[in-house]
Amino acid sequence: MKKEYVLMKGNEALAEAAIRAGCDAYFGYPITPQSEILEYLSLNANERTGMVVLQAESEIASINMGYGAAGAGKRVMTSSSSPGMSLMQEGISYIACAELPCLLVNIQRGGPGLGTIQPGQADYFQTVKGGGHGDYKLITLAPSTVQELVDFVDLSFDIAFKYRNPVMILADGALGQMMEKVLLPEQKERIKEVPSWATVGKSKDREKNVITSLSLDPHHMEEINLQLQAKYRQIEKNEVRYEMTDCDDADYVIVAYGLVARISQKAAHLAREKGIKVGVFRPISLYPFPYEALNKLADNVKGFLDVEMNAGQMIEDVKLSVLGKKPIEFHGRMGGVIPSPEEILQKLEEKFAGELV
Amino acid sequence: MNERTMTEEQHFEQMIEEESICINDNIVYDKPETLTDTPMHYCPGCGHGVAHRLLAEVIDELDIQDKTIGVAPVGCSVLAYNYLNIDMQEAAHGRASAVATGIKRVLPDKFVFSYQGDGDLAAIGTGETIHTCNRGENILIVFINNGIYGMTGGQMAPTTLPGMKSTTSPNGRDIITMGNPLKITELIAQLPGTYYVTRCAVNTPVNVRKAKMALKKSFEYQKENKGLCFVEIVTNCPSNWKMSPLESNKWLEENMLPFYPLGDIKKPTN
Ligand code: SF4
Repeated sequence: MKKEYVLMKGNEALAEAAIRAGCDAYFGYPITPQSEILEYLSLNANERTGMVVLQAESEIASINMGYGAAGAGKRVMTSSSSPGMSLMQEGISYIACAELPCLLVNIQRGGPGLGTIQPGQADYFQTVKGGGHGDYKLITLAPSTVQELVDFVDLSFDIAFKYRNPVMILADGALGQMMEKVLLPEQKERIKEVPSWATVGKSKDREKNVITSLSLDPHHMEEINLQLQAKYRQIEKNEVRYEMTDCDDADYVIVAYGLVARISQKAAHLAREKGIKVGVFRPISLYPFPYEALNKLADNVKGFLDVEMNAGQMIEDVKLSVLGKKPIEFHGRMGGVIPSPEEILQKLEEKFAGELV
Repeated sequence: MNERTMTEEQHFEQMIEEESICINDNIVYDKPETLTDTPMHYCPGCGHGVAHRLLAEVIDELDIQDKTIGVAPVGCSVLAYNYLNIDMQEAAHGRASAVATGIKRVLPDKFVFSYQGDGDLAAIGTGETIHTCNRGENILIVFINNGIYGMTGGQMAPTTLPGMKSTTSPNGRDIITMGNPLKITELIAQLPGTYYVTRCAVNTPVNVRKAKMALKKSFEYQKENKGLCFVEIVTNCPSNWKMSPLESNKWLEENMLPFYPLGDIKKPTN
């Protein structure tokens, strides 16, 4: 089989991957820096696979269209960028509680407010800690290359249906906009089976299906919550993903996700050229967070530098992993500014100045 | 209990025992199959129960129970899915028509309807309502207009009449400061995407029959892919209007219907 390598922009590659993953429906609203997803799908996705592509009147409408189509048992995707994602939070809470599988994509930009259109990572809390109301969790995957942006689409659909839970691909504007060489997956057939819980019309031989997040009986509502929590414990057991680069002999480890992890790998490289043994720990699943692996790693290193494009959000989970075993320093850039490898190395040297010889 | 009624009762019981009258030919009133046995939580005299029953009757008569998906709103009818024996989804407040859009787009051969109150459809969900109508989604929107927020306890709705009292317009709706009632049905009738737009009521037997016909026609149009059908049902809310069911129907007749006149607002053209 000939491998199909192409040079593609992140957003377009993701859209192509959605078509090839047999996605049934996409609902979206334009917002920079992710409008190419909607544009690309509007081009000919429907002609190619019969996939529904609809531009909604707002992010609020698109997430709720997604709720409806996901409730009909289909593979559904919606995407946005930070401010638009804020508008979707209500809908996401309903989707999580009604246990609907669907794929959400956030190509983050710098905030808060209207912020900038440049890349950011300041939606970590919103995504991982629950931006909407109530106790729910989004399985969150953070790609660091355009290839991962592509690969995580099909993976996300599989995980979403396995747990009947929304999955978020959390990337940033740079990843969405940059062009890289990618290997595209083969075209999958759109799935024909109808999940037993889907609302597709009640046949005589079964009870009606109801998609709802409501129960007026507090004990029943608690029961629903307990079931959700039990599911989350399973997810935490099975779906932890991370990557360690040069951590085996490292004295210091940079913890970063997404694009920043790639920049940090370059910084680690520069450090090693100077004789400082630095590795990079990259959480791939931000929820469930790789607490255990990072905790273990803390036994073998002298300290951590957490680098993010925000004021320090993931660092809270890093602290919960390391549990005080080793010092954790932080370096963050905000508002759409991307840190450079040299800058990260310089910060590492500054923060651990006394120890480095 | 006096002796006469006892005798009548005994006589009746005897008849039932004989089962002589319990034959299909004698049935004049039956529970539709699409209505569940769950006791409804609606207040006595409320129009919701009638509207539910009409939907159920129509779904039975068209034999589309296995092809129909309903969307319940937030409001008094949030639990509509407990009463209708069809697949249903419960939407976030105001979003029912977006949810219905999502369902219909992936299941174009199925019948899809949303059932929404005035606060849901004409306040918080105005954007979704207008755009769903404007896209001409091939669905039915049932709009229950009783001029008040029922479930939250009688606050002013977008359709509350001028001068009408509610808990948030205790001295009556002052249109200078609170704005005018929104005739959203007339508004969406202007949009090319809507195919059939009508206003009904369920306060009298005649109106009930007309409302049923409107719902039935809407499902038939949906089968023919005609576009969006919008059936407003002007109803009462005896609890929050603070009236008896009878008084509320009278008040509806004298106040609501002059402001929200019944009849087709947009007749099907082809
Ligand atoms: S509050 Fe009003 S609308 Fe709600 S069930 Fe009671 S009477 Fe009906």
